[in-house]
Amino acid sequence: MSLPDIAFPLGLSLQVALLATLGCALVGVPIAYALATLTFRGKQIAGVGVMLPLVLPPVVTGYYLLLLIGRGGVLGAVTKVLTGTAYGITFTWQAAVIASFAVAMPLAVNTARAAIAAVDPAHADASRTLGRSEVETALFVVLPLAARGVSAGLVLGFARALGEFGATMVVAGNIPGRTNTMALEIYNAVLYGDRSTATALVVLYTLVSVGVLFLADRLARAVTA
Amino acid sequence: MSGLSVTLTKRLPGFTLDVGWAVRDGFTVLFGYSGAGKSLTLAMIAGTMRPDSGRVALGGDTLCDVGAGIWVPPQRRRIGYVSQSAQLFPHMTVLGNVEYALRARPRRERRRRAVELLDQLRVGSLGDKRPNQLSGGQKQRCALARALALEPRALLLDEPLSALDLPLRVEMRGLLREVQRDTGVPFVMVTHDLYEACALADTLVVYSGTGVVQVGTPRELVGDPATPEIRRLLRAMEVPESVFDQHHAGRIVSLDRREHVA
Repeated sequence: MSLPDIAFPLGLSLQVALLATLGCALVGVPIAYALATLTFRGKQIAGVGVMLPLVLPPVVTGYYLLLLIGRGGVLGAVTKVLTGTAYGITFTWQAAVIASFAVAMPLAVNTARAAIAAVDPAHADASRTLGRSEVETALFVVLPLAARGVSAGLVLGFARALGEFGATMVVAGNIPGRTNTMALEIYNAVLYGDRSTATALVVLYTLVSVGVLFLADRLARAVTA
Repeated sequence: MSGLSVTLTKRLPGFTLDVGWAVRDGFTVLFGYSGAGKSLTLAMIAGTMRPDSGRVALGGDTLCDVGAGIWVPPQRRRIGYVSQSAQLFPHMTVLGNVEYALRARPRRERRRRAVELLDQLRVGSLGDKRPNQLSGGQKQRCALARALALEPRALLLDEPLSALDLPLRVEMRGLLREVQRDTGVPFVMVTHDLYEACALADTLVVYSGTGVVQVGTPRELVGDPATPEIRRLLRAMEVPESVFDQHHAGRIVSLDRREHVA
């Protein structure tokens, strides 16, 4: 075991998880807001669709992503043009971000949705009667009042993204030095009998996860307090 | 054309609101049993709830006409709304709350106007406090300042005094009358307290449990209720003769109220 053996997977995992969490904040929070506050046709189907990656085996989610962004996928041609390569975005660290984002989003959306739904709708009504638009009401009143719950959702999403394995394996592969996140590197180390690297990564991963869960728990407790 | 006219139908699980009334500018009080739909009416005037059918017009402008497909969103109605719980935003200071309603003004102007309004309502020293540090009466004054910052065309008050102690209620009644006179905009207040209703109202709108609404001055309604039910409602509490028209003399309603008759 050497430091570079651990440093690259650790750095890549943090990079992937942070970007996936950013995606959850930019895409997942608006979805959570819409699901919590709006009434629209197909809302239940949308809710089920968002939650699906939580119950599907990650490898199935990965396969769906492959159908979407893979070489012959719906968006495959677009990613090939954007990247200028034959494989498009698949088997890159960016694909790992998409995989982590897909599996992390249900956790982030579900927690944020509950926190947003818990905000007294009278506050939003007060904001509207004071002349503020729906976007201003969301940004300046509802989301600040739901901030801890939304943050807890993002922290849980980060934790889930950090440990992503199955979907990443399918769309990003397991390429040492390119797409081997911590979870994949633990798998590699176990597969090749490198117990010391496996143990070091497992301990490190566990410590990071415990820290993240403590943070999520504190935020969630503040929400329910 | 001045005044406020309302014709509304709203079906909710287990309850249907079907009311129509029109009042002139001034202080209007909606009075009636709990669950008769008074607060629902306010929500539909404010635009935070859509009626199933009907029309709301303020000062000659149609704010909502379901049949004609007219719907002015609450953001563009400029109707102030103060509820029993004040609904101050808990994550903002009092000044922040008032400034929130002053979006149209330049930043420096917002602060100056917010301070001015809080001073007028005698809570100028509370600008830096958070709502959870305020008493009930202080919250109501701050919520009133916030609603007035909007320069509203009308002000809706949903039981704003019901959570306050009696001496504070008396003081707040005087303040509400004073603010209504100063601003000149129509006020519509919901209350379950007939004494309060008679003391404040230029026009009283009585909601009976069966959907019948009677409109008139407090003296007219107490003297000549339209139905036996409204008679029962208005006799549930004895109102001393001295209460009527007190506000016209510009006096704050005194403390010598009689107790409710159970």
